[in-house]
Amino acid sequence: MSVNDVIMDAMIENKVGFVTTVPCKQLAGVIEKIEQSDAMIHVPSNREDEGMGLCAGAFMGGRRPAIIMQNTAIGVTINALATLIQYYRIPLPMLISYRGEIGEPVACQVEMAVHTKALLDRMAIPTYHFHEEEDADELPAILNHAYMARKPVAVLMDAAFWKGY
Amino acid sequence: MIRSDVLKTLIPLISDELVVTNIGLPSQEMHLLDDQPTNFYMLGTMGLASSIGLGLAMAQPKKVIAIDGDGSVLMNLGTLPTIANNQVPNFILLIIDNGSYGSTGDQTTYAGMRTSLADVARACGCDHVVECAAEDTAAAVKDALAAEQTTVIVSKCESGNIKVPVIELDPVMIKERFMASVAG
Repeated sequence: MSVNDVIMDAMIENKVGFVTTVPCKQLAGVIEKIEQSDAMIHVPSNREDEGMGLCAGAFMGGRRPAIIMQNTAIGVTINALATLIQYYRIPLPMLISYRGEIGEPVACQVEMAVHTKALLDRMAIPTYHFHEEEDADELPAILNHAYMARKPVAVLMDAAFWKGY
Repeated sequence: MIRSDVLKTLIPLISDELVVTNIGLPSQEMHLLDDQPTNFYMLGTMGLASSIGLGLAMAQPKKVIAIDGDGSVLMNLGTLPTIANNQVPNFILLIIDNGSYGSTGDQTTYAGMRTSLADVARACGCDHVVECAAEDTAAAVKDALAAEQTTVIVSKCESGNIKVPVIELDPVMIKERFMASVAG
């Protein structure tokens, strides 16, 4: 099974009902599957903090939300994470393409990669790093953990996990 | 009329509806004038009231009114194409456009200068955009509540604020009682 199918199955198993996405090349396959799925509402957002607002509303409307984005988004979502998602205790799995790791062809991506884990750590956001394909086997439990704890949770999926760019 | 005058005229119409209110004075004024469990007060995160309202409207069938400000919409201008491309029958975005950042000292916004948010909303693809004078806002909201379509209302009012206390409710309390209203 492809990692895209593993991610989709994990979301369906956890009854994720609302997904917002800001694309990344590595996320193209999973975004396509989300768009085609009848199990969840898909709303592309223009910026990731906007997406977190959409997710907060969807959660209060009774749907389990998730956001799919690139790690550069951590730079534009710190305020939304602190003052909306964490402050109101809204569960939010963040499935993140971890650009700028080994194998990255674009030097500028490394500049946010070096801050990604430090920022997530500083925000006390539980963070999981997928490097091998089988790491995704833990995704259903991670999603469940986010909804149980009512917290944002980050899943960083690097180039090795996606088998390149 | 200033924003608080407009809000007073809306209370008989929206008291029992699901309302998401923008950070700062809009939330504080609604809290002072008509605190309801059906009000979701934003205590921070400027710009996201319309996004929260849209997500809520898409997730469930009850009507949702997001009361936003011109400065906040300008901060999250990307919200208008998202609203335009995800039109649902139960969402109303009411932009109280006083042309100023009311919560921070009434500095002029670009909506108070050359930029028309109603024109921006139309250009983004919103099909039902109403610009009205402050005193006509209640009628516009009444029409929007009766219609089964996404409506963006731009209410042009004067800049100015009343003295209001900060909201001391705990955010989790605001969320929990709001969610109980949504589900009830």
